[in-house]
Amino acid sequence: MAQRSRLHVPHPPSRPGDKPDFSYVRLSPAGAVPRPDVTATLPEVEGLATALVRVLDDAHRAVGAWNPHLEPADLQVGLRHMLLTRVFDDRMQRMQRQGRISFYMKSTGEEAVSVAQGMALLPGDMLFPSYRNQGLYVVRGRSLTDLMCQCLSNTHDMCKGRQMPVMYHWASGNIFSISGNLATQFPQAVGWAMAAAIRGEDRIAASWIGEGSTAEADFHHALTFAAVYGAPVILNVVNNQWAISTFQGFAGGEHRTFAARGPGYGIPGIRVDGNDFLAVHAVTSWAAERARLSGGPTLIEHVTYRASAHSTSDDPSRYRPKDEWRAWPLGDPIVRLKQHLIALGEWSEERHSALEKELEAQVTACWKEAVSYGTLTEGPTLDAATMFEDVFKHMPPHLARQREQLKALQGLEPPKGSPAQKELERQTRSLAKEG
Amino acid sequence: MAHMNMVQALNSAMDIMLQRDPRVVILGEDVGYFGGVFRVTDGLQRKYGEHRVLDTPIAEGGIVAAAIGMGVNGLKPVAEIQFADYIYPAFDQVVSELARLRYRSAGEFSAAVTIRTPCGGGIRGGQTHSQSPEGIFTHVSGIKVVMPSNPYDAKGLLISSIEDEDPVVFFEPKRIYNGPFDGDPHKPAIPWSSHPSGEVPEGHYTLPIGRAAVVRPGSAVTVLAYGTMVHVAAAAVRLCEIDAEIVDIRTLVPLDVETICESVCKTGHCVVVHEATGFSGYGAELVATVQEGCFWKLEAPIRRVTGWDTPYPHAFEWEYFPGPARIAQALKSVMEEA
Repeated sequence: MAQRSRLHVPHPPSRPGDKPDFSYVRLSPAGAVPRPDVTATLPEVEGLATALVRVLDDAHRAVGAWNPHLEPADLQVGLRHMLLTRVFDDRMQRMQRQGRISFYMKSTGEEAVSVAQGMALLPGDMLFPSYRNQGLYVVRGRSLTDLMCQCLSNTHDMCKGRQMPVMYHWASGNIFSISGNLATQFPQAVGWAMAAAIRGEDRIAASWIGEGSTAEADFHHALTFAAVYGAPVILNVVNNQWAISTFQGFAGGEHRTFAARGPGYGIPGIRVDGNDFLAVHAVTSWAAERARLSGGPTLIEHVTYRASAHSTSDDPSRYRPKDEWRAWPLGDPIVRLKQHLIALGEWSEERHSALEKELEAQVTACWKEAVSYGTLTEGPTLDAATMFEDVFKHMPPHLARQREQLKALQGLEPPKGSPAQKELERQTRSLAKEG
Repeated sequence: MAHMNMVQALNSAMDIMLQRDPRVVILGEDVGYFGGVFRVTDGLQRKYGEHRVLDTPIAEGGIVAAAIGMGVNGLKPVAEIQFADYIYPAFDQVVSELARLRYRSAGEFSAAVTIRTPCGGGIRGGQTHSQSPEGIFTHVSGIKVVMPSNPYDAKGLLISSIEDEDPVVFFEPKRIYNGPFDGDPHKPAIPWSSHPSGEVPEGHYTLPIGRAAVVRPGSAVTVLAYGTMVHVAAAAVRLCEIDAEIVDIRTLVPLDVETICESVCKTGHCVVVHEATGFSGYGAELVATVQEGCFWKLEAPIRRVTGWDTPYPHAFEWEYFPGPARIAQALKSVMEEA
């Protein structure tokens, strides 16, 4: 037989209409993976890159060496943050469907990643998130109204109408600006962490990307620089199985785990059950302590599932089974933490329903306040002439000239949302009808 | 005052800034122990230590990304990209990140990064060590673009760039690192010590970003040039004996429209010169600027003299290079068309 080469084109195990099949997800029993000391050498931690760190077992108990032994009060706070994130996401999705905002991205099913990590890190630690880490804002206490105003591009928008919805930033909360170009924040976080070490601080950096964007060169840059300089940074790969329509096999996930990329660079890699609040908290604390002790970076792969569409512009029923999430072997992070708290005798279905109602009311109140500052389609709106600000620290002459040109044009037309402009629209509409 | 070539002047600028400002760090390929392939960072790591002057992995995207992160954390990084031709792996980090960080975060985040990079040909560098990609960066909102033409300007402008709160891409025309090259590769090299701009103060001084310089006053025609081409244009002017005024643009963004238009309105003629390819090049912006500001004073069409619209060919670099003969021809034709 003649020899010839063949391409391997990855295929997800199931497509629309198929029975969901997650047999490819390698699991470890809860409590089975040993927890090395934070000062352990690379060879001593290599096993963590292929195993799956889990704390919560099927009976909802916390078991094994990775159990972080958090107080029930902390677990209740974590549950509240995750639930608030989900309620917020659901509301914003609905508001997009009603045409109030242009776009949205939910984090449904992945809430434990941002919330448990946000809680495990210190307030001074600098976070370089991706676009699906809204839980970090919830943990650090940014007002939901502020986040909504950003999505609305209204007069209170922190981005002054310059960014698509969800591209938040928060300098005083130590959360970096979201770019929209994938993976760029990963090596930037390493640079931030290098600077922290140069300045002799004990603050560390953390960054997040999806498994799909590990294919970007920035991922390689981040791991190379982090390893070379031993930067105090936690690099998180949120493996939610799907990058829009391409499954994790298109980023090379069929061959090795994403955590296993770490040891290749000389960085510990930990594969963790991303839907297990306790396990995510535990591995993050381990990596943070290691970084603060000059132990350098850690790569964490969070095995989770993107329960919603990629964004409001996406339709997953075109490329994956509709009910795939229900078959996901690692469940729902909120349900799992809730059941754990109930098993501890520290929570109940009644309290849970009451909390849901409370958070719904909170989100409703925030939304009411947010829209009072305007929406993208109805006034009040920001002055468009602000678009010339912040291109540079001080406005150079050519931008000042262009701003004057825009202002002169604005003087010719009634401002958007003004009675004069509405009258003009009415006249245009009636003319069109007559025509 | 001391005699310095451009390498020494740039080195002095960084030396002073490392001394004055603990936030300044240098990073790049071979910049540390070795002192840079063009020796521009020579001795700085020895003097300031390996936490201030860092050798990096060979990853331009990583260098710029790390510099951005450092800038966000309060440092003032000066990143070297070894050749301007190598900057493209960092393009996304420069264009989508560095240039727009202040804007997209409405002023909450910024990174005052200076990117130094040697550019230009005439060193037998072929198509990957000769490019002048300044026009690719001047097209991007949010970064300043500087290209000095002599040691005095190089030091003053580099200090200004490092002190600037916005990102700066600082192009160093490597053909004039050691002397004011006039475009004739067969003549013996002239050292900077024989040139007035090779006299450089040893201490701290700055030159404003956003100001061009009239380096040769004249009345007949205005030549707009920057970097190496300032000296080549001067040679062309000597060749054709036309009383040209040469304006050294120095900072491409922001552009000193006032100095340019004042000169062209006075002479009524204009020739634009750069080494980079012509099509969609920075010269087109200069031509448009002059047209808008000086149309009624112009007595002849504006001419551009640039590198041909081909990659920089190794064996034919002097045929590619817009040398004194081509510039002189343009000067004559502009005067004849009047």
